[in-house]
Amino acid sequence: MLEINNLHAGIEGKEILRGLTLSVGTGEVHAIMGPNGSGKSTLANVLAGRPRYEVTQGSVTYEGKDLLAMPTEERAREGVFLAMQYPVEIPGVNNIYFLKAAVNAVRKHHGEEELDAMEFLQIAREKMKLVELDEAFMNRAVNEGFSGGEKKRNEIFQMAVLDPKLAVLDETDSGLDIDALRIVAEGVNALRSEKHSVLVITHYQRLLTYLVPDYVHVLANGRIVKSGGKELALELEQKGYEWIEQEVVAAR
Amino acid sequence: MSAVDTLSTIREQAAQRFQQLGWPTPRQEEWKYTNVAPIAKVNWERGRPRPQSPGVPPGDRESDRADETSALHSMRGRALVELVFVNGRFAERNGEGAPGLHVSPLEPNEHLGKYADYQNHAFTALNTANFEDGAFVRAESTVEGFVHLLYVSEGDETWSHPRNLILASRGAQLTVVETYAGEGKYFTNAVTEIVAEDGAVVDHYKVECESIDAYHVGTVQIHQERSSSVTAHSVAIGGALVRNEVNAALKGEGSSLVLEGLFIGAGTQHLDNKTVIDHARPHCESLELYKGILDDNARGVFDGRIIVGIGAQKTVAKQTNKNLLLSETAIVDSKPTLEIHNDDVKCNHGSTIGQLAEEPLFYLRSRGIGEEEARGLLIYAFASELVDRMKVEPVRESIRRAMFRQMPARMPERRGGAR
Repeated sequence: MLEINNLHAGIEGKEILRGLTLSVGTGEVHAIMGPNGSGKSTLANVLAGRPRYEVTQGSVTYEGKDLLAMPTEERAREGVFLAMQYPVEIPGVNNIYFLKAAVNAVRKHHGEEELDAMEFLQIAREKMKLVELDEAFMNRAVNEGFSGGEKKRNEIFQMAVLDPKLAVLDETDSGLDIDALRIVAEGVNALRSEKHSVLVITHYQRLLTYLVPDYVHVLANGRIVKSGGKELALELEQKGYEWIEQEVVAAR
Repeated sequence: MSAVDTLSTIREQAAQRFQQLGWPTPRQEEWKYTNVAPIAKVNWERGRPRPQSPGVPPGDRESDRADETSALHSMRGRALVELVFVNGRFAERNGEGAPGLHVSPLEPNEHLGKYADYQNHAFTALNTANFEDGAFVRAESTVEGFVHLLYVSEGDETWSHPRNLILASRGAQLTVVETYAGEGKYFTNAVTEIVAEDGAVVDHYKVECESIDAYHVGTVQIHQERSSSVTAHSVAIGGALVRNEVNAALKGEGSSLVLEGLFIGAGTQHLDNKTVIDHARPHCESLELYKGILDDNARGVFDGRIIVGIGAQKTVAKQTNKNLLLSETAIVDSKPTLEIHNDDVKCNHGSTIGQLAEEPLFYLRSRGIGEEEARGLLIYAFASELVDRMKVEPVRESIRRAMFRQMPARMPERRGGAR
C-alpha cells in the first residue's frame, strides 16, 4: 500500500525528516509515536502534500505510484486521507455541500456516476451516527464554531464518508476527552478492513487502547528508531521516550 | 407653489449647478481614486424607448430567457410590483400589488429633490436636471414581499437618469430591489431618495449588473427619522466604470442603519464605493460592512466616512471594509474615515486587504476538490457573508448568477446552488 523510503523533508529550509523508511501493508494499522519535534506531523503533512513542505530526498510510493508527484487533490482522489491535527474553520462554505463536492470529485476521478443530493444525504446520515455528530452540524460552515472535539469528530466523519484506502490520523487524539476519544477510535475501527490501511500518528498511548495497532514505530529525530508490536506502545507509556533516545545513542 | 412648479424650479437650479460644477476630476478629494473623464468625453444622447410588445417585458426576451445564468432570471415574476424601465423610461408594470403599497412612475411631490444634494454633487445635479422617469414607491403599512425596479438599457452612447423616491410612512415596512442591467455602451446616472419616517423599516437593495461596457454612477440618499431602521445593500458586479454612493442622514433619535456593500470586479473594471453616514442625533446605531473581490486588472475603491455630530451622544458606529485580491495586478484603495465631534460614543473602523488563505485551500483540496473549484468555493464564501444576510431570496440567487457570469473560471461548477 505505502512504501516510504529514505525520506528527507522539511519546511522553510529546515530538515525535519532525516531518512525515514516505513512500509505499510494493505489492511494494516500502524502507529507512529514519538516525542514533540520528532517529525510526526511533518510526515503527515508531506503525505498529504501540504504547501511549504519540501521533500529533498527519498521516495513515497502509494499503490505502486509516486505519491509525491501527485497534487494534493489527486492524492485524496486516489484514496489518501489526512485527518488533520488542527482542522481549519472555513466560514461561508457549507459542510454538507463541501463534502458532497469532495465525494463527487473522488467518484468522477474513478469514472463513477456522481451522487445526487438524496443519495449523498443517505450516506452522510449513516456516517454521522457513527461519530455521534448531530445533523445540525452539517448545515453549518466547515468547522466554524466547532469545539475541538467536534472538529476531530468531523474529520473522522469526513473520513468515513470518503472511505479512503489509506487514512493518516495526525494527532487526532490531542485535546479530546475520553468520550470523544472512544467515538473517534470507533469511527476508525469501523473503517478497518483487509482493504484499508491506517497510519495513526500520536504522542500518547491512550488512543491505542481503543484503536489497537498491528505495528508501533517510534520516531525520533526524523527517523524510525524502533519498531514493534502493540506492546511497544505500552512500554513507551510507562517509560517515556527517553530510554529509546538513549538506546539509539548507545547503538551509534 | 405647486409641486410641479417647485420641481421645475429645482430642475433649472440643478441644470445651472451642473454648468457651474462641471464633471468632477481626480483633483477633488471625493474623486481622488476615480477619473470620470471616459464618461465626460462622450457626447451622450437620450436612448430610444424600446417599442413595447405587451406580455414580453424587456429583459425577458428570448435571448434572456434562454440564458439561465442571466442575473435577472431569478427575479422575474417574484415581486409584488415590478416596474420596468427601458433606457430610463417607464415601459411596463407587472404584479398584483399589495394593500398599503403604492407604486407608480415618478410624479412631482414635496419630497422629490429634497434629500439628494444637487447643489454640491455634479452627478446628482445632472440627474435632477435631466431625469425623465423613475419610480415612486410608498408604503403606508407593513408590506410583505418586495418591489422590483428594473432598469434595462440598450446602449450606443446613450444615457439615462433614473430617479426614484422611496417612502416608508410612520411604522411601515417596505422592501425595494433596484436592478440595473443592459447591453452595449451606455451611461446610467441614477439617484434614489429613501425616506424612512418614525419607526419605519426599509430594506433596500441596489443590484448593479450593467453591461461590461457601461458606465454607472449612482447615489442612494437615505433620510431617517426617529426610531427608523434602514438596511441598504449595494452590489456592484457589472460596468466598466462604476461609482456607487450611499449617503445616510440619521436625523431622528434611536434610528439604526445597516450598510452592506459587495463589489466584484474582473478585467479592467473600476468599481468605486463611497458612503457617508451622518450621525446627527443621539442614540443612533450604524453598522457598515463592504467587501470587495477583485481579479485581473480590476480596481476597487472603498471610501467610507462616518460623521458623528456634536449632539449625537451614545452613537454606536462600526465600519469595516474587507477586500480579496485574486491577482497580482488587481488593486483596491480602502479609506475608512471616522469624524467624531463628541466623546460619548462607541465607534470603530478598519479595513483588510488579502489573498485567498492557503490553509482553507489546502483543506478543501486534501478532500479531493480540485484547486480551481476550491478557489471558487472560497471566493464565493467570502461574498456569502453578505449574500446570505440578504432577506430576499431571488436577490441572493441573482447575485450568485451574476458572480458566476462575471468570473466563470473562478466560480464553482453549479450543482444546484452553493447551499
